[in-house]
Amino acid sequence: MGKPLDYELINENVKKTAYAVRGELYLRASELQKEGKKIIFTNVGNPHALGQKPLTFPRQVVALCQAPFLLDDPNVGLLFPADAIARAKHYLALTSGGLGAYSDSRGIPGVRKEVAEFIERRDGYPTDPELIFLTDGASKGVMQMLNALIRNENDGILVPVPQYPLYSAAITLYGGSLVPYYLEEEANWGLDFNTIRQSIASARELLQFCFMENLALLADEVYQQNVYQDERPFVSARKVLFDMGPPLSKEVQLISFHTVSKGYWGECGQRGGYFEMTNLPPKTVDEIYKVASIALSPNVPGQIFMGLMVNPLKPGDISYLNTVNWFFHFLLYSKTILESLRKRAHIMTDGFNSCRNVVCNFTEGAMYSFPQIRLPARAIEAAKIAGKAPDVFYCLKLLEDTGISTVPGSGFGQKDGVFHLRTTILPAEEDMPAIMESFKKFNDSFMEQYEDYRGYSRM
Amino acid sequence: MSFIRSPAVPIESINPKVKNCEYAIRGEVFNYALRLQEELEKNPGSHPFDEIIYCNLGNPQALNQQPITFFRQVLALCEYPALLDSEETPKLFSSDAISRARQIRAMLSGKSTGAYSHSKGTKGLREMIAAGIALRDGYPANAEDIFLTDGVSSAVHMIMQLLIRSERDGILCPIPQYPLYSASIALHGGKLVPYELNEASGWGLEVFELKKRIDMAREDGKCVRALVVINPGNPTGQVLSESNQQEIVELCRKEGLVLLADEVYQENVYVKNKKFISFKRIARSLDYKEDEVALVSFQSISKGYYGECGKRGGYMELCGFSEDVKDQLYKVASVDLCSNTSGQILASLIMNPPQPGEESHELFLAEKEAILSSLARRAKALEDAFNSMEGVLCQKVEGAMYLFPRIKLPEKAIEAAKKVNMAPDTFYALKLLDDTGLVLVPGSGFGQAPNTWHVRTTILPEEHKIPAIVSRLKAFHESFMREFRD
Repeated sequence: MGKPLDYELINENVKKTAYAVRGELYLRASELQKEGKKIIFTNVGNPHALGQKPLTFPRQVVALCQAPFLLDDPNVGLLFPADAIARAKHYLALTSGGLGAYSDSRGIPGVRKEVAEFIERRDGYPTDPELIFLTDGASKGVMQMLNALIRNENDGILVPVPQYPLYSAAITLYGGSLVPYYLEEEANWGLDFNTIRQSIASARELLQFCFMENLALLADEVYQQNVYQDERPFVSARKVLFDMGPPLSKEVQLISFHTVSKGYWGECGQRGGYFEMTNLPPKTVDEIYKVASIALSPNVPGQIFMGLMVNPLKPGDISYLNTVNWFFHFLLYSKTILESLRKRAHIMTDGFNSCRNVVCNFTEGAMYSFPQIRLPARAIEAAKIAGKAPDVFYCLKLLEDTGISTVPGSGFGQKDGVFHLRTTILPAEEDMPAIMESFKKFNDSFMEQYEDYRGYSRM
Repeated sequence: MSFIRSPAVPIESINPKVKNCEYAIRGEVFNYALRLQEELEKNPGSHPFDEIIYCNLGNPQALNQQPITFFRQVLALCEYPALLDSEETPKLFSSDAISRARQIRAMLSGKSTGAYSHSKGTKGLREMIAAGIALRDGYPANAEDIFLTDGVSSAVHMIMQLLIRSERDGILCPIPQYPLYSASIALHGGKLVPYELNEASGWGLEVFELKKRIDMAREDGKCVRALVVINPGNPTGQVLSESNQQEIVELCRKEGLVLLADEVYQENVYVKNKKFISFKRIARSLDYKEDEVALVSFQSISKGYYGECGKRGGYMELCGFSEDVKDQLYKVASVDLCSNTSGQILASLIMNPPQPGEESHELFLAEKEAILSSLARRAKALEDAFNSMEGVLCQKVEGAMYLFPRIKLPEKAIEAAKKVNMAPDTFYALKLLDDTGLVLVPGSGFGQAPNTWHVRTTILPEEHKIPAIVSRLKAFHESFMREFRD
C-alpha cells in the first residue's frame, strides 16, 4: 500500500501547476548564488530587493502603529514628524485593538472607505466600501475569485497570452481550463478586435465583448501607477464601464484588483491588496465574504499600507516637502522613482533592440521587458538535445554566463515557435548600462555560435 | 436592445465547494451581533446591555490584551530602519531590540520588509525558528523543512490541497473541531472523517475510536489520508498526555496516515499536572527515523501569550516528506510569492524570545507571566461559573483559550427552536446574545455528539469584566430555564 505522501499519490492538480517566475531558472540561479556567483535577479517584480528604497512616510506611520507605546513617549517627536504621528493615531483608531487583532474579514472598514474614496477620485464614479475586500496581496484576491468561479474543468477562463502565470497556476490548481487569447506582438501587444488600436476604444470593445458573451471581467490593474508614456494614460475598467452607461454599466460583472506591491511603492513583502466587485449579486458577495472569513482577516500592517497608498500625503502636510533631507521629499521621491523607471524602460528597450536577432516592444507600463529572441535553427536543435525548451536553453546559458536571472517566455505563454524572455526594469539605473552590455556580449557570442552564416539576414 | 440575461456569476453557478463550506465563528450569531452593535451605537440604551462582548473568536488584542513590548520594538525598527541610525533611538528602544532588528534586517532581501522573500520565508528567520524548535524539543530541526505562511490557516489549506485528490480522500478530524478543518476539507473537495472526543473523560482522544472510524471509512470506500489532532484542544481545552500522544504516533505509522498536529496553543497550558510536548518530540523519542513518520506541525503567532492575530504569521514544519513532494509544496507556495514579512519576523521572535541576562528579559517575562496567569484565572472563573449553572457541565480547561460547556436544553426549548427553524444551541446562543450582549458560538459550529448541545466562549474578556459577565450569564440562564423548564 502506498503512503499518502508518496509522490504518485498527491493531488494531480498540484503536480500540473507551474509558476515559472520562481521556477527552473530561479532555482538554478539560487544554486549558482550559493556557489558564490553574483546573480542579478530580474525574474520577479521585487523593487526593494534591487535597492529601491521604501518611501519614508508610510514606514514611519507603520512603525508607530507597530509600537503604539512610542506615541506616549515624550521623545517621540525627536524621531517622527507630527503628521506621521497623527496618521498613526488615525489608523490605530480605525482598528479594533491595534495591529495584533484580527480585523473584519473584508478588511478594516475605515481603510476600505479610504480605498472607495480613492477610486471615486480616480474614476469620477462613487463606489461602495462594502464591495471592496482587502486581501494579503492581490494574488490572494485573484485566487479567491477564481476559486468561486471554477466548478470543474468545463469552466474556462480567458487569459491573455502572454500572461502573468498566477492565472495559469490558479486555474490549474482549481481544476479549471485556461482559454488563451493571443496579444498581437506586432501591434505593440494590442488586443486585436479587428481594427482597434487605441486603448480606450479597445477597453470599450472588451467590455462590450464581455457583455455579449456573458463573461465576468477580472481586471488586473496592479500596475496602474506604472505608465511610462504620455499617449495612453491608465484608465480603469470601471471608469470605462460606467462611461459606457446602461445597460453595460449595470450588467457587466467586473472585479478590479490593486496592490501595494507595484507602482512606486514596491512594498511587495507587506502583502497588501484589494479587489472591488461591480454588479455581482449580493448572494455571491456573501459567499465570497464567507470564504474570506475562514482565513479570518488579511494582515493588518498590509491594510494600513493600502490605506496610506490610496490616501497619500497632500501639499501642506509636513512630510510632503520636508527640507531636512531630500529623501524625505515625498513628492519628489515618488516622482523620482517613476522617472527613473521610465528611463530604465528606455535603456532596456533600446539596449535589446540594438542586439542581433532581438526585437523588443517598448515597455509602456508595468515593470517588465519582454524581448523576442529569434533563435537560430541550430540553437533550437541544441536545446532539443539538452531536453530543454529553446527559450529555457537560452536563458540558462545567459544566466550561467552573465549571472542575469530572467524568466523564459514559455513561462508566460507565447505563439508557437516564437521565443521571448522576461526581465524586469528594476535593477538600479546606474547598473543598467553594464547589464545591457553584458547581455549584448552574451547574445553576440550565442548567435555567433549557433547561426549558420555571419551576417545572416534577419527574418 | 433588451433581453433577459443571467449574470455571469449568479449564486447558482459559483463553485459548489464554496457554497458547501461553513465557518460558524464568524457566522450567524456573529453577524447578528454586528447588527446589534450598530443599533447600540445609533441608539444607546436600546438594549439591556451597554456593550457587545465578542467571545466568539480567539482574538486577544481586540479585547485589550497588550502586545509584548520587545516584539513590537523589533518590528518598528525593522519597518523604519532609519531609526537604527539615529542617536535618539536608544531613548525609546532597548539595546537588545536594536541589535535584534539589525540582525533581522541583514537577513531580509534588499534589507527591506518591502521585498518579497524566499517563498518558504526568509532563510535566516527560518534558521532562527529551527533553532527555537530544537531548543524546545531537544531534537534538531531543519530550516528547509519550515514554511512560513500568512497564519496557520494558509498552511492548512496548502496541506489539504496537496493531500485531497477527490471526495474519496478522507481526513480524520476530531469532533468537536476547529471549523477551519471542516471548511478547508470541503473547499478542497475531500471528505471529513469524524472521530469523537470523549466528553465524559475530559474530551479524551481514544485510539480505539480512531481505529474504528478509520475502518468504517475504508469499508465505505474512502482512502483515509491524514489525522488532524489539535493539542491543546480547540474548542475542548484538553492537553494530551504523553502516553496518549505516543499511541497516536504509533497508530499513524501503522495505518499510513499523515499526522497533522495543530499546536498553536502550545504556550497556553493552565494546569500544573500537564505540559505541552510536541508531536515531533514524541516521534523522535520513540526512536523513529525521519522517514518513518509523516508529520506536519503547525505553530502560530496568533495565540500563546503574544496574541498577534492581525499580523497573520505562522509556520508548518514538515517531517517525513520526500524531497520531490516538498518541492511541490514549495512550488505552490511560490505562486503566492511569499507570506507577509511582519508575520515572518514575529514567528522568529516568538520562537526566540529574550533570554535571561538580556536587557528586555525582565520586562518580557513579567508581561508573559501576567498574561498567562490571568488567562488561567479567567479560565477557572468561567469554568466554575458554568458548572454552577443548572444543567450545565463544563470540562476542565487545561489549555488553549476556550470553554465548551454542555447545556442540557429542556424539551420545551428544543421545540421552540424547531418552530423557528433553528438548531437548539443557536437558539440558546441568540437569546443569550439578545439578553446579555455576549457573543458565543453554538456548538454545532464545531460538531458535537448527537442530541448534545454546547456553546463555545473564549476566556479572553478583560479580567476585571469577568465577574459582571459571570453574573449576566447566570442571570440569563436562570431566566431561560424558568421559561423553558419541563
